Amino acid sequence: MDFLAPEAIAQLAILGFVFFMLLNSAAIMVYVERKVAARIQQRMGPTLVGPAGMLQPLADIIKLAMKEYLQPKSADPILFALAPIISAAAAFTAFAVVPFGAETTFFGLLDRPVPLQVADVNVAILWVFAVTSMGVYGIVLAGYSSNSKYSLLGALRSSAQMISYELSYGMAIAAVILLANTMSIRGIVEAQSGGFLDTTRWFLWLQPIGFFIFMTAGVAETNRAPFDFPEAEQELVAGYHTEYSSMSFAMFFLAEYINMVTVSAIATNLYLGGWNGPFLDDLGVGWIWFLLKLSFLLFFYVWMRWTLPRYRYDQLMAFGWKFLLPLSVINLLVTAAGVLYFAG
Amino acid sequence: MAELNHYLILSGVLFTIGTAGVLLRRNLITVLLSIEVMLNAVNLTFIAFGHFLGSSDGQIIVFFVITVAAAEAAVGLALVIALFRHVETLNPDAFRQLRG
Amino acid sequence: MPVNLILFYVFAAIAVITTLLVVVQSNPVYSVLLLIGSFIGLAGLYVLLNAPFVAVIQIIVYAGAIMVLFLFVVMLLNAPREEVVQSNLIDASGTRAIGGLLAIAFAAELAWALTRSRGLAVSAPDERASYSVAAIGQRIFQEYAFAFEATSILILVAMVGAVTLASRHSGKR
Repeated sequence: MDFLAPEAIAQLAILGFVFFMLLNSAAIMVYVERKVAARIQQRMGPTLVGPAGMLQPLADIIKLAMKEYLQPKSADPILFALAPIISAAAAFTAFAVVPFGAETTFFGLLDRPVPLQVADVNVAILWVFAVTSMGVYGIVLAGYSSNSKYSLLGALRSSAQMISYELSYGMAIAAVILLANTMSIRGIVEAQSGGFLDTTRWFLWLQPIGFFIFMTAGVAETNRAPFDFPEAEQELVAGYHTEYSSMSFAMFFLAEYINMVTVSAIATNLYLGGWNGPFLDDLGVGWIWFLLKLSFLLFFYVWMRWTLPRYRYDQLMAFGWKFLLPLSVINLLVTAAGVLYFAG
Repeated sequence: MAELNHYLILSGVLFTIGTAGVLLRRNLITVLLSIEVMLNAVNLTFIAFGHFLGSSDGQIIVFFVITVAAAEAAVGLALVIALFRHVETLNPDAFRQLRG
Repeated sequence: MPVNLILFYVFAAIAVITTLLVVVQSNPVYSVLLLIGSFIGLAGLYVLLNAPFVAVIQIIVYAGAIMVLFLFVVMLLNAPREEVVQSNLIDASGTRAIGGLLAIAFAAELAWALTRSRGLAVSAPDERASYSVAAIGQRIFQEYAFAFEATSILILVAMVGAVTLASRHSGKR
């Protein structure tokens, strides 16, 4: 392998760029969340730091970095330090296979087109699923190693919720794989291209229920409202990250926001056509459409958090097992029947 | 290229470690984990042979072995929980009531 | 040294070292986590052996679901940690040494037996088509259909059995 070939440098540049942008996206989401929450609640939100409060995340990060790192005396030191690392690492790794643009030559700088993605894997969807399952361990270990009642309860509830909703998540993905006939996310996006204004072949129109299931399960997977009972302040102090402070706490939050971004990015690629859209895709800047759709889904996440009341834990589990899972199985069966009938 | 023998020796070593764990450890959970280790060593053998013989049979059989291991782990852990409720310990030497 | 060989040694080292630590560790939570590390090493080896699908399935099912179950049970049965630590010490003093020696002898015997087969095609006829997920799926649902149905019944039985065994029904056993 020629390590100084332009493609290799482009690949490394994309890697660095994705990492950097994921970190930025977490910071931007912090700001967006606080501003949108404020506006929904008819107040102003952060306005002091920087123009319209835009440097607020920077202030938050500096504050968090300067806090003292506390560890309970009876906590398990290795696991206590390891848990946020696992959470954050899983969150970043899941995004590694998500493509955000068509193959591009960077306006002619390269000889061969390079896909806008960190790694192009044939079983990309399963990779995301696998790494998301690994993220559960960060939470479980955080709760266990803190050696505190609230943390353990919060962690067990949170991880039980995550593994319950993984089933519906997987079935919704399976239905999309049936439609696209490939497991590579790039292939799924390319199967949605074409049609009037590049929008009529989105899987959203073919699978509205699937999209609903995916988004609901995604919200539950990332422990966001209305499924954030395990980390609700009024219930369990703060759930699994009660005992964490400063940068470990920041890493948990980073992991949560990046999981949100990953779920939204995959929903964009699977259901909303990824970077397909009128006009811009032909000019080679389809990633602008990707960003727009991603931003809409992230706004939807924040909107849901500050509008809907929280599910109680048993309601949450009943919803996942007794409603969402049968619905996703039926969705899969109907999709399979449809594919067999219309294309078989 | 790593040859077939490399993989077979590796899986033999893993299998031995698992067997040693099952026979020597006095903690029910660790015994169950060692059984999983043994199953994994067997999986590696299957896939190695599947690759070097050029057929996908190895992968398919591993698919089923993983499923069976999941079922066995679930039932094994349920048994451990039920046993723990009677005698508050995980030491298999404590369950001697059926000895003749 | 070709990259594949280096990667093989890296993943093999990860697998062997973590597996050894699984068996030696006294804290069961550490054992479970080290076994997850072992699974990740093995998944890397599967990818090297042209089986990416099985590698990902191993991470999803084994490392992502079965080990979570183990971890839940270990946390649920959090017997006072001292008792868990004590219960793995073996009473007779020489047992572990003899056990270790026998294990090494067993490993040597396995290695000798397994490497005696010389009649295999060492270089793989690389039929990449037969490794794709579509091909595997077709074979599972055609040739191995009975095994597939049997394992689904097995999982159902295991689920019912596990729930029954672990449920609290006082006076029933």
